[in-house]
Amino acid sequence: MIAEHLPALQVVVPLLSAPAIVLVRRHRAAWIIATVTSWAALAMAIVLAMRVADLGTISYAIGSWAPPWGIEYRVDALAAFVLVLVSLMGALAMPYAKVSIAAELPEEQEYLFYAMYCLCLAGLLGIAITGDAFNLFVFLEISSLSTYVLIALGRRRQALSAAYQYLVMGTIGATFYVIGVGLLYLMTGTLNMADMAQRLAQVDELRPLIAALAFITVGIGLKLALFPLHQWLPNAYTHAPSVVTAFLAATATKVSVYVLIRFYFTVFAQTPRLHDLPFRELLMLLSVVAIVSMSLVALFQDELKRMLAYSSVAQIGYITLGISLTSPSGLTAATTHLFNHGVTKGALFLLVGVVALRCGVTRLSQLSGLASRMPVTAFGIVLAGMSLIGVPGTAGFVTKWYLVRASLERGSWWLAALVVATSLIALGYVWRFVETAYLKEPDAELPRAGEAPLWMLIPALLLVASCVYFGLETSFNVGYVGEAVRLLVRQGGA
Amino acid sequence: MNIASHYAYAVTIFLMVAGVFIVIARGNLVKKLIGLSIFQTSVYLLYIAPGKLIGGTAPIVAPEFTVYSNPLPHVLILTAIVVGVATLALGLAIVVRIREAYDSIEEDEILAADQAEDERQRS
Repeated sequence: MIAEHLPALQVVVPLLSAPAIVLVRRHRAAWIIATVTSWAALAMAIVLAMRVADLGTISYAIGSWAPPWGIEYRVDALAAFVLVLVSLMGALAMPYAKVSIAAELPEEQEYLFYAMYCLCLAGLLGIAITGDAFNLFVFLEISSLSTYVLIALGRRRQALSAAYQYLVMGTIGATFYVIGVGLLYLMTGTLNMADMAQRLAQVDELRPLIAALAFITVGIGLKLALFPLHQWLPNAYTHAPSVVTAFLAATATKVSVYVLIRFYFTVFAQTPRLHDLPFRELLMLLSVVAIVSMSLVALFQDELKRMLAYSSVAQIGYITLGISLTSPSGLTAATTHLFNHGVTKGALFLLVGVVALRCGVTRLSQLSGLASRMPVTAFGIVLAGMSLIGVPGTAGFVTKWYLVRASLERGSWWLAALVVATSLIALGYVWRFVETAYLKEPDAELPRAGEAPLWMLIPALLLVASCVYFGLETSFNVGYVGEAVRLLVRQGGA
Repeated sequence: MNIASHYAYAVTIFLMVAGVFIVIARGNLVKKLIGLSIFQTSVYLLYIAPGKLIGGTAPIVAPEFTVYSNPLPHVLILTAIVVGVATLALGLAIVVRIREAYDSIEEDEILAADQAEDERQRS
């Protein structure tokens, strides 16, 4: 009985716990509600994923209004995969937040953080689960508005200007998306994605479709920090509270990538005339520029958080590169990297947050000899860094493998060479950390604080362990994705 | 194609471009938000104008009416308006906080203050 309503509960539970937290106000109670919500969301996402694997796509009519007239929640393999990623990151971020947020925010503001986090979680889960293009916009704005607040909670005043910058860029992005959806609605008279895909096949006029595709690509491109629309990201990630950075880096941009895949491979799947346009080549070009230039920029950053932020833009380039290859192995690489990079970057940002808490600084030039003060943390960063490079045996390698395979299948050996060469740049910036932390004498000014509390260390190390686990045992991140990709390819590829 | 029958689109596009232009060209944070608001408003028009049929009535089925306007865009835009109000409110709230922290709401002055602080930390 209750299992029937899981798709709705997945979104409603986090959505309702936000006002509950605001009513309770006590910081400890707020933390308990947020943590229970996150773990409940994870449990629901896993049950949904298993049901999808057994029974196929689940369709849920909100308020029993039959689709395409009512809003449909549609959980297919890809949506379930994204749900698991988002709720997993939330479930691990909450124990970490207990100590981290207490250290970074005044006690009377803590409940606001937890309320905003729950709203953000509801928005991100909603984006993944909904099958309605306009409903997606609403969830996009729920998650974005709460994200702006979360970033503005950062301790230094730069957090405010970073949040403002993101608010302006993010709103322009979301509005571009609505313009695109509006044009599609004018052409088809429906907002249900599956219905829209069928009706688009009968539309004769090509020009509005091109405009809609362009508006949606640019709008979502702003949200997922597609080069050159990434300017908001480094500042936002650098100045937000540590746990916010880790949660957003692992989920927000990934969910936007999911939206892009959804539109390219579901909504525009049955309009083959669009496939002749050079969208694919354009996306490939932007991805390549993103990977090369942002990896190089990351190499020269002193601030550890900023380095990882630029590396994120480069890693998103790998994902969009996989999408632009439009082959089954390219898509496998892209969707697998959603998960692999989410786990890897989440681990790295959580560990950098640990360093920030204990040492008070995150600049490489001030962290000499970190490994002798915090051996476990430093080792964790190196392990997760290896996954970022793509060393065999880590999650990052699985993606690179599929990406190289997809490039070779397409006959572009230069692309394969590029993927390998840019991994070397990643090796460069991870090595800068190794050199600072292990090979230099401890800085006299570096506080002898020791390791962080277990509340923070355990979630971070669990993520580091999963970087290795998902590199060796790929039945979930590749096996499950394989099913999702088969579904997408069957629907036709844009 | 009749230009006069498409004037709603012309207004929409003018508002759209004007809004984005203000966001890009103005350095004052409040003015930027005004531009952003105008940009969002243009989208309301994009949805609502095509939903209206000349001579159409509200979609209440009655024997003397045969032409109805589409009510769905109104409902969608009602939601979008709420989102727009929330964005504007949050944006203004952040500007107030920025004014307290930087004592300025001019983009270039804030940027200069940030850079100066970065330099101080590095040295």
